[in-house]
Amino acid sequence: MTFTIKQIFLSLLFLYGYQAYPATIEVSKSGQNSIQKAIDQANPHDTIVVLAGTYREHDILIEKPLNIRGVGRPVIDAGHAGQIIVVGSDSVAISGFQIQNVGFSFTKDWAAILIDNKNYCRIEDNILVDAYYGIYLKKSNHIVIRGNRLEGKAENEINSGNGIHLWYCDSILIENNHIKGHRDGIYFEFVENSTIVRNTSEANVRYGLHFMFSNNDDYIGNTFKNNGTGVAVMFSEHINMINNHFIDNWGTTNYGLLFKEISDGELSGNLFKNNTVGIFADGTNRMKISKNEFVENGWAMNVFSNCMNNEIVDNNFISNTFDLITNSAKHHNHYHHNYWDQYSGYDLDKDGIGDVPHRPVKLFSYLIGKVPESIILLRSFFIDIINMAEKVAPVLTPESLMDEQPRMKIITDD
Amino acid sequence: MLKILKYSFFDLIRSRWSIIYFLFYFVSGMVLLYLSNDVSKAIVSLMNITFILTPLIGTIFGVMNFYNSREFVELLLAQPIPRKRIFLGMYLGIGLSLSLSLFLGMALPFVFYGIFGSSAIGSLATLLLTGIFLTFIFTGISFYIALVNENRLKGFGMAILVWLFLSFVYDGLFLLLLLLLQEYPIENLAIGMSLLNPIDLSRILIMLRLDVSALMGYTGAVFHRFFGNGTGMLISLLALSVWTIVPVWFILKKSHKKDF
Amino acid sequence: MIEIHGIEKRFGRLEVLKGFDLSVEPGKITAILGPNGSGKTTLIKSILGLVIPNGGKITYDGQPIANNWQYRRHLGYLPQIARFPENLTVKELIALIEEVRGEKGQSASLIQRFDLQGFQQKKLRQLSGGTRQKVNLVLTFMFDCPIYILDEPTSGLDPIALIRLKDLITEQKLQGKTFLLTTHIMSLVEEIADQLVFLLEGKVYFRGTHRQMLQAENESNLERAIAKILEKEHAENP
Repeated sequence: MTFTIKQIFLSLLFLYGYQAYPATIEVSKSGQNSIQKAIDQANPHDTIVVLAGTYREHDILIEKPLNIRGVGRPVIDAGHAGQIIVVGSDSVAISGFQIQNVGFSFTKDWAAILIDNKNYCRIEDNILVDAYYGIYLKKSNHIVIRGNRLEGKAENEINSGNGIHLWYCDSILIENNHIKGHRDGIYFEFVENSTIVRNTSEANVRYGLHFMFSNNDDYIGNTFKNNGTGVAVMFSEHINMINNHFIDNWGTTNYGLLFKEISDGELSGNLFKNNTVGIFADGTNRMKISKNEFVENGWAMNVFSNCMNNEIVDNNFISNTFDLITNSAKHHNHYHHNYWDQYSGYDLDKDGIGDVPHRPVKLFSYLIGKVPESIILLRSFFIDIINMAEKVAPVLTPESLMDEQPRMKIITDD
Repeated sequence: MLKILKYSFFDLIRSRWSIIYFLFYFVSGMVLLYLSNDVSKAIVSLMNITFILTPLIGTIFGVMNFYNSREFVELLLAQPIPRKRIFLGMYLGIGLSLSLSLFLGMALPFVFYGIFGSSAIGSLATLLLTGIFLTFIFTGISFYIALVNENRLKGFGMAILVWLFLSFVYDGLFLLLLLLLQEYPIENLAIGMSLLNPIDLSRILIMLRLDVSALMGYTGAVFHRFFGNGTGMLISLLALSVWTIVPVWFILKKSHKKDF
Repeated sequence: MIEIHGIEKRFGRLEVLKGFDLSVEPGKITAILGPNGSGKTTLIKSILGLVIPNGGKITYDGQPIANNWQYRRHLGYLPQIARFPENLTVKELIALIEEVRGEKGQSASLIQRFDLQGFQQKKLRQLSGGTRQKVNLVLTFMFDCPIYILDEPTSGLDPIALIRLKDLITEQKLQGKTFLLTTHIMSLVEEIADQLVFLLEGKVYFRGTHRQMLQAENESNLERAIAKILEKEHAENP
């Protein structure tokens, strides 16, 4: 018996259709009205379409690969009773929902969407309102979180959770989300090889973005605005920070960007504007800080003396109250080819580089470090004169800390 | 009073010193604006000039004008008007003419450059307002010093010393005090001390506009809370007004008893 | 008229006026003479209210002048030094004084009398000392006052202006005006003064006509009489 090609083809087609041509299950207020039941009935790889309406459910468990899609922005309201969606399978996609009112617990990190130890999921185009934790990933890899809006109601650090929370994850993409009103907007702990692009994280009580023990991650083109601190990078290596905006992070211990015990990353093309402190660096080594723009900050950079071998090059320092402050007369970093608008030197050979070095640390910023109240004398004529004297003959400020090739003109992109 | 003021004002505004004073601000403003191409930076630079120069010029003009018009004052005193009108008129005449030079000299470059609609207009307005306050305050102080001292050299020296003290020495002592008392909570002391010097007070009012980011840090936030809210602003303006009125009160009191 | 009773004035430890009485005779020209520091200017300034006496009383028409400014409406004062706001014009200065006094002055005839027609639009800093003194005279005489007080009226005047000033004083006197003047020019005193008041060491040393003074000192002219008084004084208090 011989099979023609046609026969084989037809029988394959038949088999395929028979096996599991993905079905679509509809959930609506008028028909099947429980999302959990629909999930339970569905076969793997089915699509569940949820129509508009409010579904009062919580602890929805998904244990097979499904595509769950909201049409007309259905609302899942947990009424603060607990967590809302728990993803217990690989390859789950959740999109188009408004998920709200996660319960609060001191002992459990309840989230709007939890993915526990699973891979290849997509969370897209959802609105999360009043979630304790928003999207929570544990030991999960290859996840995409894209185009979601998170609106938390955090008031203080103790009673609030993070917007997008990752713990032991790898290869995650976080793109185009808008996170507001959580403790940390985005939180990374032991997260590797992940990318955060074009998100906006604002008005979070602690950090807009927070790295802990995470290596080899990138964040690009994000905006961090009006958070306690814009971004905190702690105990991490090889983090690349490109083209982000750090704006309006005001307050006593608030910074645009906080570095603590980090190394070997790149910080370039970022804008720091209107922050109390642009960058606060503690135990930071071998970073390349280049082509950033520091505008109208109280202090553009506060670099502790335990920071070593960082290269600060080609940055613009414009209209900051203070450009640089440090806590010791020693320093081990390399500053060159920056533009400092407070530079008062000259360029006789017209090569665009000032002929005398610039000392960006003022005596007065040292004094403020010792006696913070003395800030009330800022811009006083007396202070101008002692600054000038210190500049000529440094006693208290680091003598060797200078930009030997200060630029005469603002650096533009091209 | 208004008559004296009118003529004193006309006399001074036509003097070449008024014109030089005007031109100084005008040219400085123009140069700073077109060199930096940045309104905020130009205001910062102008502020440094203003807080030194305005009190100095007020001081010099107050003393010089009084001594130079000594004989004319005698003629006026022999006329049927009360003394206080003469001195008030002269004082206001100097204050107003200097303020006009300052105001036009500083504002015109920004008008030409295009300040309206810029966020820096508040800073410029604050700078102009404090500049005018300082003009009147230092004119008043030096006018009083001239009134008390018959000896021109002594009067002139004393007025310059007052200027030097308030614009320079005071801040040095201020800083020294802060350093000595750093173990104690000294925010209120610092606020109190800055209320006692009109130049410091003016500086802080500008700082609240230009250095908000820095003021929000550390203890600066305390100052921002005090000076930045409505009450603090009101207290600052009130303190500046007291600084303006007190010398005038002394002038009137002294002029009532003085022999010419 | 002006009555002075027991007037005293001290500047620090220096006693300038030591308590004397004096009444200014209406319709007469009284010259106040005395060496430098004798208290002439202080006396005049006390009458004008520029100097406030430590003791005694000055009245005008029976009213004390202390803390009063209205009576100055009746006084025309010519200051010793003619210095005015430099950047005003002559015309503006005249207008200023008119506004201050609240009355229109008869400046036109005086401007003509002192040949100031061409200077009206000139700024005061452009004028010579003599011209400024003429302006000073205009400012004083343009108001119709019963009493004129002139402090060194001739300083800086050229001979023609001096003659015109004397004519002016004579004319005014004929209208019944009273004059009080200080001067170092004895010829002027001899020529126009009806009364002499000679101050010495803060007191009235002599009072009378100049003829009486010459008789008293047995001298032929005023300058010598005065020199003699001063020599006598010096011999008594070396």
